[in-house]
Amino acid sequence: MSVNQQAHAGPPYGQPQPAYQRYQQPGYGGQQMPGVPHSQYGVYNGPVPGHQQPAPPQGYFPSLGLPSKGSPVSLNSDTSSLAPNFIGPLRTPPTSGAPPPTSGAPLPVGQPAYNQFGQGDVQNGIPASAVQMQRPSVSQPFIPGSTPTSISQLSSFQQYGPSPTSAQQLTNHMARMTIGSVPTSAAPPAGLGYGPSTSVSPASGSFTATGSGLYTPYSSSQGPPPASMTHGLPPTSLSQGVPLAQPAFSGLPLSMQRLPSQGPGYAPPPSSTGIGPSNYPSTTGAPRPSTMQSPPLSGQALAGLPASQPNHLSSPPPPQQAMSGPHPGPPMTGLQGPPPPPTHPSQPGYQIQQNGSFGQVRGSQPNYGGAYPGTPNYGSQPGPPPPPKRLDPDSIPSPQLSELPPQQKPRHRIDPDAIPSPIQVIEDDRNNRGSEPFVTGVRGQVPPLVTTNFLVKDQGNTSPRYIRCTSYNIPCTSDMAKQSQVPLAAVIKPLATLPTEETPPYLVDHGESGPIRCNRCKAYMCPFMQFIEGGRRFQCCFCSCVTEVPPHYFQHLDHTGKRVDFYDRPELSLGSYEFLATVDYCKNNKFPNPPAFIFMIDVSYNAVKSGLVRLICEELKSLLDYLPRGGNLEESAIRVGFVTYNKVLHFYNVKSSLAQPQMMVVSDVADMFVPLLDGFLVNVNESRTVIASLLDQIPEMFADTRETETVFAPVIQAGLDALKAAECAGKLFIFHTSLPIAEAPGKLKNRDDKKLINTDKEKTLFQPQTNFYNNLAKDCVAQGCCVDLFLFPNQYLDVATLGVVTYQTGGSIYKYTYFQLETDQERFLNDLRRDVQKEVGFDAVMRVRTSTGIRATDFFGAFYMSNTTDVELAGLDCDKTITVEFKHDDKLSEDSGALLQCALLYTSSAGQRRLRIHNLSLNCCTQLADLYRNCETDTLINYLAKYAYRGVLNNPVKTVRDALINQCAQILACYRKNCASPSSAGQLILPECMKLLPVYLNCVLKSDVLQPGPEVSTDDRAYIRQLVTSMDVAETNVFFYPRLLPLTKVDVDSDALPAAIRNSEERLSKGDMYLLENGLNIFVWVGVNVQQGLIQNLFGVSSFSQISNTMSTLPILENPFSKKVRSIMDMLQAQRSRYMKLIIVKQEDKFEMLFKHFLVEDKSMSGGASYVDFLCHMHKEIRQLLS
Amino acid sequence: MKYGRSASFLTGENQGCQRYGPQTGSSPSSCIFWSLNLSDSMATYLEFIQQNEERDGVRFSWNVWPSSRLEATRMVVPLACLLTPLKERPDLPPVQYEPVLCSRPTCKAVLNPLCQVDYRAKLWACNFCFQRNQFPPAYAGISEVNQPAELMPQFSTIDYIVQRGPQTPLIFLYVVDTCLEEEDLQALKESLQMSLSLLHPDALVGLITFGRMVQVHELSCEGISKSYVFRGTKDLTAKQIQDMLGLTRPAVPVQQGRPLQPQEQPVISSRFLQPIHKIDMNLTDLLGELQRDPWPVTQGKRPLRSTGVALSIAVGLLEGTFPNTGARIMLFTGGPPTQGPGMVVGDELKTPIRSWHDIEKDNARFMKKATKHYETLANRTAANGHCIDIYACALDQTGLLEMKCCTNLTGGHMVMGDSFNTSLFKQTFQRVFSKDFNGEFRMAFGASLDVKTSRELKIGGAIGPCISLNAKGPCVSENELGIGGTCQWKICSLDPNTTLAIYFEVVNQHNAPIPQGGRGAVQFVTQYQHSSTQKRIRVTTIARNWADAQNQLQHIEAAFDQEAAAVLMARLGVYRAETEEGPDVLRWLDRQLIRLCQKFGQYNKDDPNSFRLSDSFSLYPQFMFHLRRSPFLQVFNNSPDESSYYRHHFARQDLTQSLIMIQPILYSYSFYGPPEPVLLDSSSILADRILLMDTFFQIVIYLGETIAQWQKAGYQDMPEYENFKHLLQAPLDDAQEILQTRFPMPRYINTEHGGSQARFLLSKVNPSQTHNNLYAWGQESGSPILTDDVSLQVFMDHLKKLAVSSAA
Repeated sequence: MSVNQQAHAGPPYGQPQPAYQRYQQPGYGGQQMPGVPHSQYGVYNGPVPGHQQPAPPQGYFPSLGLPSKGSPVSLNSDTSSLAPNFIGPLRTPPTSGAPPPTSGAPLPVGQPAYNQFGQGDVQNGIPASAVQMQRPSVSQPFIPGSTPTSISQLSSFQQYGPSPTSAQQLTNHMARMTIGSVPTSAAPPAGLGYGPSTSVSPASGSFTATGSGLYTPYSSSQGPPPASMTHGLPPTSLSQGVPLAQPAFSGLPLSMQRLPSQGPGYAPPPSSTGIGPSNYPSTTGAPRPSTMQSPPLSGQALAGLPASQPNHLSSPPPPQQAMSGPHPGPPMTGLQGPPPPPTHPSQPGYQIQQNGSFGQVRGSQPNYGGAYPGTPNYGSQPGPPPPPKRLDPDSIPSPQLSELPPQQKPRHRIDPDAIPSPIQVIEDDRNNRGSEPFVTGVRGQVPPLVTTNFLVKDQGNTSPRYIRCTSYNIPCTSDMAKQSQVPLAAVIKPLATLPTEETPPYLVDHGESGPIRCNRCKAYMCPFMQFIEGGRRFQCCFCSCVTEVPPHYFQHLDHTGKRVDFYDRPELSLGSYEFLATVDYCKNNKFPNPPAFIFMIDVSYNAVKSGLVRLICEELKSLLDYLPRGGNLEESAIRVGFVTYNKVLHFYNVKSSLAQPQMMVVSDVADMFVPLLDGFLVNVNESRTVIASLLDQIPEMFADTRETETVFAPVIQAGLDALKAAECAGKLFIFHTSLPIAEAPGKLKNRDDKKLINTDKEKTLFQPQTNFYNNLAKDCVAQGCCVDLFLFPNQYLDVATLGVVTYQTGGSIYKYTYFQLETDQERFLNDLRRDVQKEVGFDAVMRVRTSTGIRATDFFGAFYMSNTTDVELAGLDCDKTITVEFKHDDKLSEDSGALLQCALLYTSSAGQRRLRIHNLSLNCCTQLADLYRNCETDTLINYLAKYAYRGVLNNPVKTVRDALINQCAQILACYRKNCASPSSAGQLILPECMKLLPVYLNCVLKSDVLQPGPEVSTDDRAYIRQLVTSMDVAETNVFFYPRLLPLTKVDVDSDALPAAIRNSEERLSKGDMYLLENGLNIFVWVGVNVQQGLIQNLFGVSSFSQISNTMSTLPILENPFSKKVRSIMDMLQAQRSRYMKLIIVKQEDKFEMLFKHFLVEDKSMSGGASYVDFLCHMHKEIRQLLS
Repeated sequence: MKYGRSASFLTGENQGCQRYGPQTGSSPSSCIFWSLNLSDSMATYLEFIQQNEERDGVRFSWNVWPSSRLEATRMVVPLACLLTPLKERPDLPPVQYEPVLCSRPTCKAVLNPLCQVDYRAKLWACNFCFQRNQFPPAYAGISEVNQPAELMPQFSTIDYIVQRGPQTPLIFLYVVDTCLEEEDLQALKESLQMSLSLLHPDALVGLITFGRMVQVHELSCEGISKSYVFRGTKDLTAKQIQDMLGLTRPAVPVQQGRPLQPQEQPVISSRFLQPIHKIDMNLTDLLGELQRDPWPVTQGKRPLRSTGVALSIAVGLLEGTFPNTGARIMLFTGGPPTQGPGMVVGDELKTPIRSWHDIEKDNARFMKKATKHYETLANRTAANGHCIDIYACALDQTGLLEMKCCTNLTGGHMVMGDSFNTSLFKQTFQRVFSKDFNGEFRMAFGASLDVKTSRELKIGGAIGPCISLNAKGPCVSENELGIGGTCQWKICSLDPNTTLAIYFEVVNQHNAPIPQGGRGAVQFVTQYQHSSTQKRIRVTTIARNWADAQNQLQHIEAAFDQEAAAVLMARLGVYRAETEEGPDVLRWLDRQLIRLCQKFGQYNKDDPNSFRLSDSFSLYPQFMFHLRRSPFLQVFNNSPDESSYYRHHFARQDLTQSLIMIQPILYSYSFYGPPEPVLLDSSSILADRILLMDTFFQIVIYLGETIAQWQKAGYQDMPEYENFKHLLQAPLDDAQEILQTRFPMPRYINTEHGGSQARFLLSKVNPSQTHNNLYAWGQESGSPILTDDVSLQVFMDHLKKLAVSSAA
């Protein structure tokens, strides 16, 4: 997405289209225009922005539609994909220069106008952006400069030279851009119009279909490519028109600077993005905007890439690739814009050069081919660095290689700013999509990023808060799916909490006969069911079976075939709603009893000594008044019970009629049972005094305990038995401190062994020691007994084993290592409060039904499955997420799309049996480009992380890591091969929507589970493994790529958060303070040179050296800065399902190591690659795949 | 041998102050008794027997002993005695020193009045092994005029108080069933609370409750009542139980330091067993809050009752904390165990609890297993010196059959009633804590009975609430009668009435005659923990004359104690009935009776009418007749539980009570004279009489037909018929007197002619008039009994016929 956003930025270029602007968005055009890339972009909006990207995207969009999103993002190894595209174009231009003509032909056709526009735009844009341009240009200059230094660059220049032509093309592109932009400007709305024209392309077929037409657009787009060319040339072109493309330039050359500059630039782009969107709309509708934006970004990135990359590329072996990458970047652009133009002309040659991938690609994708024509340019573009070589068509591959060394040398460093920036992507999406509600009426819409605040209007598809997919456009055939390697998965959070502005799902009661369902596949009534025969029957949207409408449910249809009561019935008009379940949906055909909470407290020596027992008891006294009420009940229906334990268990009778509680000790842990029935589970209000008395006495009773051994399995068994005896579902809250070594079932031994790390046996550390807990979990699930585990270990306690039951029953684990009252109390209490209060469903079964053609095949998350389709959850709370993977078992049709229905049968906290239904419709595509354009990288990462984390159970970690890298390489290679315009193999081209895949993937690979540092304990790894498995997309996003906020940049007068920065140490300034959060921890990093005043204001101490590391909360000080920082913290805490631990880190302090671990773009202590290195590596992998 | 000639026919005490020294040994005075005629001797023997019983608590079947094995076996009734070890002796103050023992390791008899003493040499000769022993230094001042008590004839029974080991207070562990009706539980709770006030403040008490689960209550908790809970279905070993109760401190204290250990011990146990003065309030409250077992009992089911595990835990708890200390486990149960080890019946109500019929048909699924469980427990308990009481109150059976060994082997009480809310239970329970003239509980603990005999005798065995200690010795016979093969038994709990039957065997060979006037001696040494927690030793030494059955049969015959013999034979019969088929036992009894009659009857061969028995045997056949009909041998009309209950009491009561059990006493009240005992015969049931029958287990007051009519008419309320009122009142008062003293309290039945409860009376009387012979007997006397049982008359006729038959 981010890429897309950049692409949008591109749109900005598109703005260059300003021509369009002229049409509509001058501003954009102006700015973006500068992005000369427009030329390229012109073709693709994307390209344009990046110069290349922005434009390209547009161009593509229009033409390719799909590509718009996906394709745009190609990265140069170094630079962001967009840039590459642009570059490509640029390069192409050169060669393509001629090509353009060729392409020109096509271009001309449509272009003329475009050209005019484009050019005009471009120029306009350029001028407008000129200033910007300068910067970019400056940056570009780098590139160029660098490039220039490098022969290749020179060549590129030369090419650029041609590029000028390309420039024209650019103009053309621009035109397109403009077109795109125009549309964009008119964009979103008008977009359609554009869409049509360009957007036609959007249609998967667009490229092909549009072919000619497209070309024209392409040509225009091609024009953009030139822009991209400008990249290579960018400088030039950029400087010229591109400047507008600032983004691109800025991005390219001055990664850092540009970013900022771009930022602004982008901001505008949005509008352009809007345009992009317009294009997108055609394809995906809303999404586009993002793409639009992204393009610009990419453009920037690309720009950066190209410039720097080439160098960089050259430097490392990957560099070559990188080199190529950068070029590739251009290719992107090339693809978009340039390709077309140059393609024709130069293509042949280029194609030849590019042969391998591109050629084929082209072949494969006729449409693209069209577009590709541009690609050939790319080929040439990539060439840019090696331009000369490129010039030698054949030389490309080898030449590059050969060149690489030289390039490498100069390009020793890849400019980090030039590579796709998550921050930028997030920012853009936020800016572009945060403002208006996301309306779910349209099939296959890509929702805004999880990092964006947006409202959802349910108009027939479920909210992205409930379901997010890796792609909203599903390949029609399994072959396609296999080819792309893009996993098709949905991340489902069935009981997600909605913001107060959104309505929770309506409750539908279909009476005694229960919800209306399809006779065959048992799907529930939903908006996609088709009523026929005057409403007497309905046809299932999943299996096509026709079912009689029961008389009581009959309703006439109106002239459109809609039921007259369409808007009165949530199940006909909304994506999410609930049914009241009948007795048939209940266990044993009996309505369930209200659930129960059982608090089970470890009272062994450690727990008592640390003050934990007292703390829990105190807290429970007040917390019990806040049990979930499930709707509008006056008091909670949930009953509570209490157990304490060490190596024996103590049950408490707190019956209201008793004067004092009774304690019942069960020492027979080998054969656990619950010693009492009546009086164990009680209503809080009725037994208030007895409970209070109990909670007062527990700490006293065990104050002198010397018992250090604990049991564990019997504790769960006891809770389970209690629930069984009470015939209800419920949740156990277990507060546990140590490895259960007392003689009892489930006894564990300390098997921690760090020597196993990086061996084939490492997986055993993640596996439970004994099967006992698995069986226990099974029993728990059967009873609806969910287990929440609060751990307070002082040493190894085998989370991997203890967590088994929790994990399989849908519970949560909380871990407070070395728990200390002063520092951890707040965090624990907050977690406990939230855990107790949150809405939770019990005894749940989830089933995902899909259209014929795909099938849910694999499930990830905290649950138990006894067959292959039903996800059984003893408990499911509002934070728990289940990731479902789909596979084809037949063909899908583009017409009908693919539907998902997730049905969750559960018992509410009030004891009501309900069915929650979420429906989602997705598009189907026959073009890979469509797939790539409608992906969501965050969701993809969520899936990949879960997949990998599960993999470590059975495979050596290295295998898992390699598989992960390989899969991503394949995904990207497939894109490169099939969707990106042909370009040099040395170019890294990333799909716009997956622009961030490498950086995020690298974060996953570097995570503690997959690559533990020496200080990471086995327990921590197991703990994190479990946590991640239940995380939703937003959580994985921040977990893997933490949010880093410069505190000193805080504007104390505004509500807004300071702009995040990228997770790299180079971005930290000694004079600043930063806040970093990853969902588990909050770090406050204090630079050594921070002003004393600030320190005084925030920490209440007078100097840096006096800041205490042990602080667990910030002192409450009455000054605006302190207030603001604390309010930011509170806000962050409120966003997360767990209370984050605050850690103060002083620069150059020992804790800094800990902090640096989270600067995920850097090399990690444990050997994790830096972003740049990884990108290079990735590129290498892709190249290998392509060759 | 030296004193053999001088020995009196009766023991020395009878002759006043005669002592057994060498000097007096030659006294010829004893000869006078030889000339006594039979009737005189009869009277004298009765006195003698009574005196002996009062002083020593001993009744022998034969008071003159046949001097050879052969003759002894021909006597039919074995030489045996009923011993009441702790018979109350208000006139016998205990002495405060240790007994002096014979130094021969295999003997160790206690110095007694029968020993020869050389005052000058300060030596004494053991009268069992003839070992000559030095007096201990403390006896330096001994002389003929300064004798220690144990040498005085009137101290043939003597109590020693010895100081050994630490004194531990008495322990009472209540094991309470909570599967009771609300009313019952309430009544039980009250009884238990009441009992706390009866206990010595230092006594340790504990509480275990059970139902579906078993809860061991910790009594020392403030603010929160704490209990350890056990699953009722799982049999746990003693070690497991102790581990789970935290009674075993694994090695830790040992490591930490030795001195701590002794202190630690009481600390551990104190969690469950607390001195009453400390936790009186707590426990009272705890009992007050005791709830019925909360687990739901669905219709058609019995509540799940884990008696077996509860007892097991109780035993394990005491075993781990206070082994070899006096302790009572008091089990209160309101129904049969329905789960876990020791279950007697399933929880399905549709399956009734086993009956005798089922048992005969081998249809009692759980019986064997349950019995085994309880036997194991009982043996463990006995080994620890603790005892188990069972208070079972329910309308149906409660599994006493299976659980009987718990009480029978440990000397505990068994009480059976219909409900805890009856005076029967309440009074009985209260009476457990009754006190003697010294204000001490009438209970003693952890006793061991050691029997020593002269060489001519060996010990066959014992029957009573005891277990064998497997002490082999020279005086142990190979032929077992009852619990044999030992000369020591353990009696974990005994009260002043507890009576054991001890069977001997004469081993003297016929060809080695005992000199004239030789005496055989038996010494009973009972060591026990007095209820005051003192350790005491009671020593009873008795001697009887030997007689040659061939020429002195009449002496032997005259010295026959038919009452004791009847009880001793009955005990043997009942003991056999526990393991043998009922009819076999009856046949055995019959044969013994016939042989006895053949041996001692006077008759002409094959002439039944000529048959006569001497006075000393005259009642014996009648006892046997009633014994045959008694519930101890007949199971018809009795449930297995009832049989077990009756047998339990029969095996431990003293002679008088046992006789009442065998042949109930019937008193008649009428206007024709003062109350008088009447024949236990249907002919005694007359319209104008009130009858009072005491069967030990029941007290029946039966109003004759006319009396009942008068009472209905209300004459007793009319002033002019005050005498009638008094007549009505008289049996009530007498009954009350019995009720006041008996343990367990009998079932009190007030009925009248035609009343349904009259069956208790009708089933006991000799059916001399039945529907079969009613008209032959005429209308005047008594009322007919509807039975096919033979009457005493028929029985006697048969007996005579068989006895005189030459064919037999």
